[in-house]
Amino acid sequence: MSLELKNVEKKIGLDTHIYPTNLKLEKNTINILLGSTLAGKTTLMQIMAGLDNPTSGEIWFNNENVTGTKVQKRNVSMVYQQFINYPNFTVYDNIASPLKITGVSSDETKQRVGKVAELLKLSGMLNKKPNELSGGQQQRTALARALVKDSDLILLDEPLANLDFKLREELREELPKLFENRDCIVVYATTEPSEALLLGGNTATLQEGKIIQYGKTLDTYNKPNSLVSAQVFSDPPMNIAKIKKSGDQCSFLQNDIQWRTKLNIKDGEYKVGIRPHNITTYKEGNNTLEIKGKVLISEISGSESLIHFTNGNLNWVSLSNGVFQKNVGDEMNLYMNTDEFVYFDQNERLVSNG
Amino acid sequence: MNKTVNQKAWFFVIPVFVLVAFNAIIPLMTVVNYAFQETFGNNVFMWEGTRWFKQIMLSERFHASLGRQFLFTFIILFIQIPLGIAIALTMPKEGIGVPVCLVLMSMPLLIPWNVVGAMWNIFALPDIGFLGHSLNALGFDYNFTQQIGDAWFTTILMDVWHWTSLVVLLSYAGLRSIQPAYYQAAEIDGASRWAIFTKIELPKMKKVLTIAILLRFMDSFMIYTEPFVLTGGGPGNATAFLSIDLVKMALGQFDLGPAAAMSLIYFFIVLLVCWVFYTLMMRNEEKS
Repeated sequence: MSLELKNVEKKIGLDTHIYPTNLKLEKNTINILLGSTLAGKTTLMQIMAGLDNPTSGEIWFNNENVTGTKVQKRNVSMVYQQFINYPNFTVYDNIASPLKITGVSSDETKQRVGKVAELLKLSGMLNKKPNELSGGQQQRTALARALVKDSDLILLDEPLANLDFKLREELREELPKLFENRDCIVVYATTEPSEALLLGGNTATLQEGKIIQYGKTLDTYNKPNSLVSAQVFSDPPMNIAKIKKSGDQCSFLQNDIQWRTKLNIKDGEYKVGIRPHNITTYKEGNNTLEIKGKVLISEISGSESLIHFTNGNLNWVSLSNGVFQKNVGDEMNLYMNTDEFVYFDQNERLVSNG
Repeated sequence: MNKTVNQKAWFFVIPVFVLVAFNAIIPLMTVVNYAFQETFGNNVFMWEGTRWFKQIMLSERFHASLGRQFLFTFIILFIQIPLGIAIALTMPKEGIGVPVCLVLMSMPLLIPWNVVGAMWNIFALPDIGFLGHSLNALGFDYNFTQQIGDAWFTTILMDVWHWTSLVVLLSYAGLRSIQPAYYQAAEIDGASRWAIFTKIELPKMKKVLTIAILLRFMDSFMIYTEPFVLTGGGPGNATAFLSIDLVKMALGQFDLGPAAAMSLIYFFIVLLVCWVFYTLMMRNEEKS
């Protein structure tokens, strides 16, 4: 089983929503479409589902051209950002609805709904109507509807985006389990890098209607093929600086901070990307290269502290474990891990990891 | 904690109180006053208790006009609500068609009621009116000023023309508020067009439809100007709906007592029907 997009392009009027795209998704994989709003995730999913047709290009499923085949005939299910359920059906009837239409016997329906309801912790509320449930439970119902039939393709379009923080964390942890042992291809769109890392599988980074990079999630994260891909897969955004390399010595162009690199590349000017968590407010492990900073903004997120600081005309973010408050304008030392620097050439393509 | 006592606050309430008194309480109480007394000239009144109420409740004339009123209201609701939904469903969802349709739909609603009556009167005249003349030319024996069936037909047609737009606009607003994802989800399930209508669109339109039915019920139940100008309640009393009959009694015959009692009964019927309908709809809402 595989889903393949061949030169798929989508234009609406003069706007190109998806630039010619090639992508092959294999059986039993979770594939994450990672990109900001309007990157084309939803359009791509609708084309995969058959809800929308590409302007040009073909979609192949199991080595069969399914371009233009209606969604009803494709055995897909989809979960949306909004909690989409039939408003005057009970939870049970909602979950059973995809089965009823395909004519599954009532005994089997009962058994399958019961199973999926248990998996999603909905067993106690099968007789309720969707608007009697919390947002989290409504989305669980929508998920159950998607899982109850044996779809070949399950599409999830930012399913956690409308949930509050706690529910999101809770459901996020359950998600990988739900897709285990299923004979299908899962496509999951999200704007959050952390969600992609948690779900594992493969990740495609998208920007402005183009797939920038596709590969194993960790590979995409660790070896971004370009600065754009690295930016899409970094939250808060990656810090960027121009550097000069000569021999094994590197230095920022903006200041005289120097470090050694094992990187075997030509001497010259490069760009370096530093993820915020590779700059900390304390010296720890490999975080040793010192940089002075003046605090611009200091914010606390969960059990981590974000500090936006300037050094010359560098305008960077650091992310440290622990909760602490800095005053705006404070001068402080921060420490960078040079092993984790990502080097890009002048065209913003990856050179190699340091 | 000590609360400060400041009676000056009452001054802020006075304007509202005065306004409500003048536009609601005083007129209503005047009617109540008439309803329980016999009114003579020179402001002489005599207490009659509930005599006028009994008289109205037992009067065949009242039963007849109440019956006509309910029949009329049910017929126009039965036509306008489904027709309005049907038109709303076929209206375009995007592009230049949207404002064009909305403006066209709003036109009848913007025309003053007596003008609607006058328009339809002339339109339907059997000798010179376009509708009346055409129907007769086609071989129908149509004359709304003389035949009861034709009078009803014309009155209902006029009301449908005038007010279906309101149902259309409300239904359209309800339909537009359904997120596209619902339709996509139904499409993925392979639901039929009819299933989409009954399982998604109707439940999602329930609230606006409740409002539409309430508004159309109240307006049609209190209809006066249009049939007054069109048929004047005739032929005979065939289209004398409650309000037309009421005005005849109050101003034509100057039976102030019975007319006042009838006004109050009329008022309570409207109130009761609206309350029962709304409560039923909202009780279902809580359940679902």
